[in-house]
Amino acid sequence: MTPPDSASVRAPIGERLPRPQSRRFLHGRGRYVDDVAVAGVAHVVYVRSPFAAADITGIDVAAAKAAPGVVAVVTGSEIAEWHDPWVATITNLPGQKSPPQHALAIDRVRFQGEPVVAVVAESRAEAEDAAELVEVDYAPLEAVVDMETALDPATRVVSPEMGDNLFWRMDIDPPGVEEAFARSATVVEETFHIGRQTLAPLEPRGIVAEFDPAEQRLTLTFATQVPHIMRYVFAKHLRLDEHRVRVVCPDVGGAFGLKIHTYGDEVATAILSMMLKRPVKFIADRLESFVSDVHCRDHRVKARLGLDAEGRITALEIDDLTAIGPYSVYPRSSGIEALLVCTFTGSPYHIPAFKAAGKVVFTNKNVMCQLRGVGMPIACSVGEGIIDKAARAAGIDPLDFRRRNLIPDDAYPYTTASGMPFESLSQQAALEKLAALMDYDGLRREQAALRERGIYRGIGLACFVEGTAPSPAIYGEGGAPISAQDTCTVRLEPSGALTCLVGVSEQGQGAEAVIAQVTAAAVGVAHTDIRVLMGDTDATPYGGGTWASRATAIAGEAARKAGVRLRANILGLAGQLLQAHGKTLDIRDGAIVDVASGEARMTLRELGHAIHFRTTEFAPDTHPEIAVTEQFSVRSRMFLYTNGAMGCHVEVDPETGFVTVLKVWCVEDCGTVVNPMLLDDQIRGGIVQGIGNTLYEELVYDAEGQLQNGSFIDYLLPMAGEMPDIEVAHIETPTAESGLGAKGAGEAGIIGAPGAVLNAINDALAPLGASVSRQPYTPERILAALGKVPSRD
Amino acid sequence: MPEPIAVSLTVNGRRIEATIPARLTIVDFLRDHLGLTGTHVGCAHGVCGACTVRADGAIIRGCLTLTAQLDGADIQTIEGVADSGEIADLQEAFYARNAMQCGFCTPGMLLTAASLKARGGPVSRQEIREHISGNLCRCTGYQAIVDAIDTVVNADGVSADKDGDTR
Repeated sequence: MTPPDSASVRAPIGERLPRPQSRRFLHGRGRYVDDVAVAGVAHVVYVRSPFAAADITGIDVAAAKAAPGVVAVVTGSEIAEWHDPWVATITNLPGQKSPPQHALAIDRVRFQGEPVVAVVAESRAEAEDAAELVEVDYAPLEAVVDMETALDPATRVVSPEMGDNLFWRMDIDPPGVEEAFARSATVVEETFHIGRQTLAPLEPRGIVAEFDPAEQRLTLTFATQVPHIMRYVFAKHLRLDEHRVRVVCPDVGGAFGLKIHTYGDEVATAILSMMLKRPVKFIADRLESFVSDVHCRDHRVKARLGLDAEGRITALEIDDLTAIGPYSVYPRSSGIEALLVCTFTGSPYHIPAFKAAGKVVFTNKNVMCQLRGVGMPIACSVGEGIIDKAARAAGIDPLDFRRRNLIPDDAYPYTTASGMPFESLSQQAALEKLAALMDYDGLRREQAALRERGIYRGIGLACFVEGTAPSPAIYGEGGAPISAQDTCTVRLEPSGALTCLVGVSEQGQGAEAVIAQVTAAAVGVAHTDIRVLMGDTDATPYGGGTWASRATAIAGEAARKAGVRLRANILGLAGQLLQAHGKTLDIRDGAIVDVASGEARMTLRELGHAIHFRTTEFAPDTHPEIAVTEQFSVRSRMFLYTNGAMGCHVEVDPETGFVTVLKVWCVEDCGTVVNPMLLDDQIRGGIVQGIGNTLYEELVYDAEGQLQNGSFIDYLLPMAGEMPDIEVAHIETPTAESGLGAKGAGEAGIIGAPGAVLNAINDALAPLGASVSRQPYTPERILAALGKVPSRD
Repeated sequence: MPEPIAVSLTVNGRRIEATIPARLTIVDFLRDHLGLTGTHVGCAHGVCGACTVRADGAIIRGCLTLTAQLDGADIQTIEGVADSGEIADLQEAFYARNAMQCGFCTPGMLLTAASLKARGGPVSRQEIREHISGNLCRCTGYQAIVDAIDTVVNADGVSADKDGDTR
């Protein structure tokens, strides 16, 4: 393995430093899209479909148009004249089909919450008042809501032009799997249901569109994670040249993958600014967020696991069914969750025989697409859940079971039966570190003692693999306009400070701080002397943006490479002025020093002034390159794979069904750690989202496709009082793919937590002869599992 | 629509006289009329706490309180308590511990934390957790926020944690 580049991977890499650009949030001086003042802005609200499936038979906007303050009332067919519809299929997952989607519904609505009519007014309140006056006549259709029957011939086809309700299916079906099951000493089966969720960033979606009719330029101030992707999408579908569209990201109030997708209401807002020749602002309210932000999960997974007589895994079979609403979501497609369920389930383990089938179907619920963790939390829940069931059946402790079955740390490189090429993981080391961190044996002794007193505590383990920092193989090679590379420009200012311009963006993860730390290490300056600029397609280099745990691994490496080259250039230029060879000089704390003596010879400010203001001090043929640009992408495999192990300790009250999460521990390995404080809290934040997914969160639809709990009152999210303290530790196995050696970590928490919580609950319930497998594991479901209340599932 | 209402109130020490629609909430008044955009709207139905402001010494939900209800009140927003230096210790602790990620919940969280500090310590970690349980944070998982508040409200080094786990 190539070790990290030690000359550039040094302090402040690895230091627990606060984010240098975070103080504005503490003073109420963050600037989110709704805070940006725009002269002459009009406000749009959208009339949304109250039906899951209906034909639109008439729209009367007369009363709304006459209401006070109204600027325009615009229907879907009028908006459609200004754009080309989009179809979200990617060619490297062959067989996908999805109907064309327009910004607003035209003749037919396909989910409750689909935008139908735009109402623009001088104030938001006036727009909301007028929206209530829009009359839309609907002829309701049978709503397709049950994914289990979506493919039955008797079920209505959501979009008749598609022929049936199948979006995509995948199969991994090598020979010999049934034979492996037949040879097994023990075979266990379970069906897991993972409820539909959303990730609800606290700042709702929002956009301000400003069209300049003179220059034919569209500027979007946009709460998005992916400025360059959105520039491409808006330019293409609004028929504008890409260079005439500018996307600017203000502060973004959380995203979790929700703000990477194409939403019709956002596209329509840009169209309205072009139609009306004035700025238009759209800020989603929380109720419309629930029915229009992409949802995630909603899978039914059947799993079957075989063991030999020594408790070693012989075979695993996965059958996944998921429903994505009426459209695959643009531009990524909605097939990646199923792909990752079918490839990541069981991935920490050596599994000799493996088969998987995934079916992705259309329904009349809101659209589903990739959110934080994508299918990996499901893969972990299913894989870890079936493993604990098998361990219980075989009478083996879950820790021992994992010790017997994990891919050995000396087995890499290793390709899983599902085809994933792992570079280098540390599953065994992570598990042993976890067992020590949580005092596994002590917890088991305490558990046994408490059971004597009627207290039911459970200990759950989950090993996981996270695919981070994708290569072009996942989207770009499938025809999606999604850059796998990122680019960083680092330049020396006359002041001696540095400016970094980078294509990734910030939604609170700390990418700004990480880029600053990496650049500081590469060049040799204080990280606080670096200004990091992101999120402006007119200024920052082209890049994929921030998603799939890629900012540190990809943009961080681009920053490191740029910093290394800038450092060499600076030393060469300083050598001219100091009449010294560049190799005898170094940059430390913002000064040029003599390597041998450590003596400061010149500050970067002095050099910066000479380069900018007194060029004649250099030899005539000198071309000072003090703005250096480098790029990086992962090429050799689909992801930079990472791993980890999580432990969860819960107490279940068999009388009430309530689960109290007492503690969570996580050991994870994302290679080189740039800032352990930010990393640990990325993982904690993900774990708490995962606990919420597991215990509280489920978007409930009725038989007519009506969302029943679309508010913060009814859709429970974790608050501080119910959440435990979480201990996080690391193993560092750097990737050889980059000089920095960092892999991603942003999704590790949400991937591992659901499996660890599930196993902890079932461990607590085991002596009572009960278990759960339908997420979320609510008190009602636990009581039903205990036979104390009837099941409603 | 009801007649506009004349109100007189103090915001961050500044006297404000305004005639406003009866239905105007204080958070919309602060944001849209006074340009104080540090107070945020996360749900508009009183759950998330992003709109927390202080009125006559008590923290309130800005999205559930009408401006007209606050006639004569003394209001402080995040900008006010930041500029006055009142919460400098909490701000420093939040900064050092990175007790914010996206920052959207942070103003409300700081005002809520300030109300706990005003109550006087010592305070256990669970009490801190309960106290901020009206403020939703989607990013941090809360532990960094609890740590930061802990260092300020238990600045004498003695927390109320009964297990002796003093910080």
